[in-house]
Amino acid sequence: MDLRALLDRPTDAERLAVDDLLGPSEEFNGRVAYGGHEARARRQLLLPALHACQDAVGSISRGALGYISERLTVPPAELYGVATFYSLFNTDEARGTTVHVCDDIVCSQYGAKGLLQTLEGSELSWEASPCLGQCERAPAVMFHSPGEGYGNAAPVDSDTVGNVVFDELPHGVVHQDQSQLRLLRRIGRIDPTSLEAYRGSGGYQTLTRAIELGPDGVISALDESGLKGRGGAAFPIGIKWRGVADAPGPDKYVIANGDESEPGTFKDRLLMEGDPFAVIEAMTIYGFATGSTKGYIYVRGEYPTAEKRLRDAIVMASEAGLLGTRVANAGFDFDLEVRRGAGAYICGEETALFASIEGYRGEPRQKPPFPTQHGVFGRPTGINNIETLLAALEVIEGGAGEFARVGTEQSTGPKLFCVSGAVEKPGVFEVPFGTTLGEILALAGGVRGGRGLGAVLLGGAAGVFVDFSFLDMPLTFEDTREAGATLGSGAVIVFDENCDFGPVLRRIARFFEEESCGQCVPCRIGTVRQSEALARLNDGETLGTVADELERLDDLARVMTDASICGLGQTAASAIQSAIRLQLRGAPA
Amino acid sequence: MTMTEREISTITAQVNGEVVEVPDGSTILDACRQAGLDLPTLCYGPTMTAANACRVCVVELEGSRTLVPSCSRKLEEGMDIRTGTERAEHSRRLVMELLGSASELDRSGDQLDSWIEDAGAEPSRFGPKAATVAAQPKIEDDLYVRDYGRCILCYRCVDACGVEHQNTFAITVAGRGFEAHISTEFDVALPDSACVYCGNCIAVCPTGALVGKVEFDMREDDTWDESRQGVTRTVCAYCGVGCNLDLHTQDGKIVNVTSPHDHDVTLGNLCIKGRFGWSYVSSAGDV
Amino acid sequence: MFGAGGGTSSYREIEETDLIIMWGWGSNAREAHPIFFHHVLKGVHNGARMFAVDPRRTSSAAWADVWLGIDVGSDIALANAVGREIIHHGLQNQEFIDEATEGFEEYAAGVEKYTLEKAEEITGVPAEAIRQLAHEYANADTAQLCWTLGITEHHNATDNVLALINLSLLTGHVGRYGSGLVPVRGQNNVQGGGDMGALPNKLPGFQDVEDSEKRARFEAVWGAEVPSKAGKHISLMHEAMDDGDLTALYIIGENPLQSEADSTEMLRRLTNLDFLVVQDIFLTATAELADVVLPAAGWGETEGTFTSSERRVQRVRRAVDPPGEAHDDIAILSAVARAMGYPWVTPTAEEAWDEMRQLSPLHGGMTYARLEESGGLQWPCPDEDHPGSLFLHGRLWERPIASRRAPFHAVEDDPPVDTLTEEYPIRLTTGRRLDSFNTGVQSGRYSSPRRIPGVLDLSPEDGASIGVFEGDRVTVTSRRGSLEAPVRFDRSLRPGLAFMSVHFPDDVDVNVLTLDAWDPKSGTASGSSLWFLPDGPPRSPRSSHRRGAVGC
Ligand SMILES: Cc1cc2nc3c(=O)[nH]c(=O)nc-3n(C[C@H](O)[C@H](O)[C@H](O)COP(=O)(O)O)c2cc1C
Ligand code: SF4
Ligand code: SF4
Ligand code: SF4
Ligand code: FES
Ligand code: FES
Repeated sequence: MDLRALLDRPTDAERLAVDDLLGPSEEFNGRVAYGGHEARARRQLLLPALHACQDAVGSISRGALGYISERLTVPPAELYGVATFYSLFNTDEARGTTVHVCDDIVCSQYGAKGLLQTLEGSELSWEASPCLGQCERAPAVMFHSPGEGYGNAAPVDSDTVGNVVFDELPHGVVHQDQSQLRLLRRIGRIDPTSLEAYRGSGGYQTLTRAIELGPDGVISALDESGLKGRGGAAFPIGIKWRGVADAPGPDKYVIANGDESEPGTFKDRLLMEGDPFAVIEAMTIYGFATGSTKGYIYVRGEYPTAEKRLRDAIVMASEAGLLGTRVANAGFDFDLEVRRGAGAYICGEETALFASIEGYRGEPRQKPPFPTQHGVFGRPTGINNIETLLAALEVIEGGAGEFARVGTEQSTGPKLFCVSGAVEKPGVFEVPFGTTLGEILALAGGVRGGRGLGAVLLGGAAGVFVDFSFLDMPLTFEDTREAGATLGSGAVIVFDENCDFGPVLRRIARFFEEESCGQCVPCRIGTVRQSEALARLNDGETLGTVADELERLDDLARVMTDASICGLGQTAASAIQSAIRLQLRGAPA
Repeated sequence: MTMTEREISTITAQVNGEVVEVPDGSTILDACRQAGLDLPTLCYGPTMTAANACRVCVVELEGSRTLVPSCSRKLEEGMDIRTGTERAEHSRRLVMELLGSASELDRSGDQLDSWIEDAGAEPSRFGPKAATVAAQPKIEDDLYVRDYGRCILCYRCVDACGVEHQNTFAITVAGRGFEAHISTEFDVALPDSACVYCGNCIAVCPTGALVGKVEFDMREDDTWDESRQGVTRTVCAYCGVGCNLDLHTQDGKIVNVTSPHDHDVTLGNLCIKGRFGWSYVSSAGDV
Repeated sequence: MFGAGGGTSSYREIEETDLIIMWGWGSNAREAHPIFFHHVLKGVHNGARMFAVDPRRTSSAAWADVWLGIDVGSDIALANAVGREIIHHGLQNQEFIDEATEGFEEYAAGVEKYTLEKAEEITGVPAEAIRQLAHEYANADTAQLCWTLGITEHHNATDNVLALINLSLLTGHVGRYGSGLVPVRGQNNVQGGGDMGALPNKLPGFQDVEDSEKRARFEAVWGAEVPSKAGKHISLMHEAMDDGDLTALYIIGENPLQSEADSTEMLRRLTNLDFLVVQDIFLTATAELADVVLPAAGWGETEGTFTSSERRVQRVRRAVDPPGEAHDDIAILSAVARAMGYPWVTPTAEEAWDEMRQLSPLHGGMTYARLEESGGLQWPCPDEDHPGSLFLHGRLWERPIASRRAPFHAVEDDPPVDTLTEEYPIRLTTGRRLDSFNTGVQSGRYSSPRRIPGVLDLSPEDGASIGVFEGDRVTVTSRRGSLEAPVRFDRSLRPGLAFMSVHFPDDVDVNVLTLDAWDPKSGTASGSSLWFLPDGPPRSPRSSHRRGAVGC
């Protein structure tokens, strides 16, 4: 590579942070050097290396970037492109403690603006942030202190927002009775930092069962269970696992998608924080069933607690012989690694996630080819949502028939919904597929303050608004599809009758504008034009008539949906168009 | 001695109801072209892997939820492709409107003009306050100019500088969303970057955002006149690799040097000497 | 190589090969042959492994899986050790050796003393890396062995090249698609010059001038007698000039005063001549010494052909008119002939070419029309139905072999004459940089932001021990001469190794330092040892303002 180092040298702290991760650098010995393919393969350490510098000093300086570039033989420009892709990396002046204040759909309804005003006058540096995945306790913030780490706080108010804490937040409360729970049954009940506790609650029996069944037995059970992916696309898990298992090995991968960045979604956080060993056990079975020897858990950068729990759990599981070579004394090897995102919703999209792990900008690519043939590092890859993986454990543990008895014919098993916003008891609820929207709202205690329902945003920013006329709609893949709605990520954001949807829609539009990877024209420019049109409508400064603006919005919605590369662009107009259709208050009409 | 002829299998599909047969591995675009259809393309170049970024080439594929990019989607047996549906035309028009509303396209050549006209695209419909990528041209040396107000972020320069051709990786896409832009590390000036001035980025830029300094100056002075230009194919005067060059001359002077994209030695690429080292021809130092 | 002098392979083969060895002395393909290197990188991206053998860890070597940083002038020891290692592990292609080569026994005996340990001692490269190179080369299905000729190289087949050819014969990595020997040519048309017989012992198409049958065919077409003895190559010409046997010189398009090693000697030789004619497009330093200067039309102003390093003949064309009194070479030569009393009509470039085609079987089928249509044809192309040849020596794989076997040539390590001593502790190597070319006659005339002027590249370690900082001017002394140059630190250099480019003879004439290439012991032309005198006392460190290449 024609590397030209930046003139600036790293500080000792930066060098140390990078060397801690990569090992000390080798001296140029003048006689022989090994590089080439092997050196270039180390590029996948790029994101961890950037994190190391950001964590240590609060920025990616020129010196640090140059040093990482040298160590990983990645050209500095490429590195810069990657660093500037992620919102948690700061390529400007280093800052002290920074408060990331969520001002997204839910938090903006519950005081985010006031927090920002308070911080404006304080010494802390701050940034407005998209949803931090703590919506059940809005408003939420995340702290980052160089050298110290990350911490979440929620709910906060103007008095507490300046109290920087790094204590782990208690995991979300589960409101339901234990008898109703499968996926959530351990949350808050057992110590998530103890392998013993996990084993004591039946943990790792499923792995034993899976080994008895053999890879084919596992996949057949998943097939029969009818389990479909919970990450948004509802793809049958059996087909996916079979695809990876059938791909020629041994070089293939499995990935747990814990990027959970859809506004209004926080169920995977609960699972990763409260039941980390279950995630690891499920991944081990994934590796076993598909013949993959390496797995990744990709956790969004805003989930420090989940990340730590998983890392610790991996260490404990490895020490107990439950990961590594000859797992559980059975004849297979499996290694698991946690990768941390750095502030990019798009990295939850599977192909973007691969790019992110590989050390590239998290840009999705056109499918086909699909991940089962061409995934991370260009190798066959299985990727599933965290909740899907835990549901898979249920299938293997209780049997496919048992699992399929829950829910409807096309939507089998239990499902988690993240209820937030204007309800009495926000939180994650586990219900059988087919429970109606009204029933879910009732579980959450109904609309807050006894007010009337304004609307519900199903599936988060990429989802669809529905109003009271949908309360009897069973929440299944098929029923929502038929009704022109979606389950998406399982977000259920509730707005009461007083809500002005104008600002909500503009925030949603801004979310897509800011989170678009910028790769394809319909999304890169379309999301901006959509925001501009909403702003004009809001300000009463329409270009032509309101009808002209609505036509423009419709044109934008069509081109984004039809011609974007990935789901982000394809759904960027979905919520807004549904609000217009429902004529929600404050929506353009 | 020739290579052993490989058995080439073919694929049969339909384009606008017409049956086409193309070699295995062809794209939908290849099939459309074989059927005599001219589809617009911007980010796709014949010597590069499709970047899939501009979406101006989308077509309707029976059974697909979304439109598909013809430049990259491989043709499969039995596919039913429609290029002229209302939906496909709508997206093509909107893409051109979006591009035209954000970037200056007046030096992108006649072909794009005619595509825009054919599609009935009206970039001005997003109003005078629509956000654009307008920027001062970066003039940092005597060889070429980076005029990113004309950039459509097609990724071609980055790919050409990177893994597709030059492997220098002097430039990248930095930032995200509408803020995404072509940049060196920390946006340092080109002479301070890894750039080796091969100009292989210029060779693939579809909009004139990257342009030789001579051409840029002549365009600014309004003396650039392609109708008075001739092109002569020759071989580079420097090293022994044998790169083909096209010398563009106007009024008896060389005004630009390019390399043919379809020549297998260069694929349109050159090095600094070939692309910029010609000023000695007819220079004052002659005997 | 074994006959016609040209690279055996095509560029596209390197994209599909399994192993690439870049064996470079004094030259760096990434910078000196950038577009050839594009093809190399395609191969690398397609999965090929790459070895680089070069004293410097150049920008080419930075791409390699393994870089072997040999001592200047120790190439033969390395090659022989690779050969011995292959033979000792029985990895040679015995079938190929038995059926298609000769002289293997002598070769095997000759390399016997080059153990890995001995090679490590001579080359400085750890034995393990040499072993790895040997095994990977022998085990690869296909492999391309490439080298770039340092520009002061005078012979087509030095011992260095023979040592590499031996390796290809040993492993059968020649004459097959994907396996071959690739000398990348330094100048646009060195290959073409050779093709056309601009060699002291060859007629066009590499036909031996001392072969009376061949000569007769030329005499019949040319209507004139062709001298029956080989002429002198450039080093012998130097000798003849020194001896007073050569007193008049007609130089076309060369600038020997600045391009030849040991320029002090060269100046003396040229000024001692009775008569010097220089035909060039510029008034070069050499031309300034001439009795007569004939202004020639330059590139872009004339018609003709060039032959590239893959033996591809391509058309060159006139795009603009030559300035002033300049004429193209054909016109000038015809006029000279007429002045000498021959009734020559100036032929067009195509007429001259067609005449040559009749006489050179390699080029027989290359009509201008076909060259035009095909984008160039690779010789041999004997007739107009022939598609041209992707690679040479396929004949070696015919069984039984129908033509001459390819000979091994045992060669011996031959260290540079200029030894390193306490007095001259640093080894200098010379070469090219990306944006410049030879003596800068052409390339000096455009404004390159990448230009590194005449500097002395040193390792930072040497800089420290000598007590100089970047930008300091130093006096550099070899056993032949002295010059002054500013210092630049280059981290791709190991201590004890220095580098200078040849591009700025007017500022920093590196040939003052180097050894005349005709020294029979020179091995590689540029391996002078140096001594430094910093100008002024050492100063305190200060930050440099240039960014250096990082050796990664
Ligand atoms: C913009 C975008 C963001 C996404 N984010 C996530 C995410 O955070 N978590 C997730 O599991 N899937 C996410 N997905 C879906 C994934 O691409 C993929 O379909 C999913 O991980 C597959 O797992 P499943 O089959 O278990 O649902 C996202 C998709 C898009 C288009
Ligand atoms: S739709 Fe948006 S996020 Fe997805 S690839 Fe295109 S620009 Fe990127
Ligand atoms: S001139 Fe060459 S090296 Fe420089 S940015 Fe363009 S492609 Fe890259
Ligand atoms: S500068 Fe040109 S080639 Fe590069 S992204 Fe912009 S439009 Fe494309
Ligand atoms: S945490 Fe604020 S909206 Fe989700
Ligand atoms: S040309 Fe096909 S996406 Fe740009």
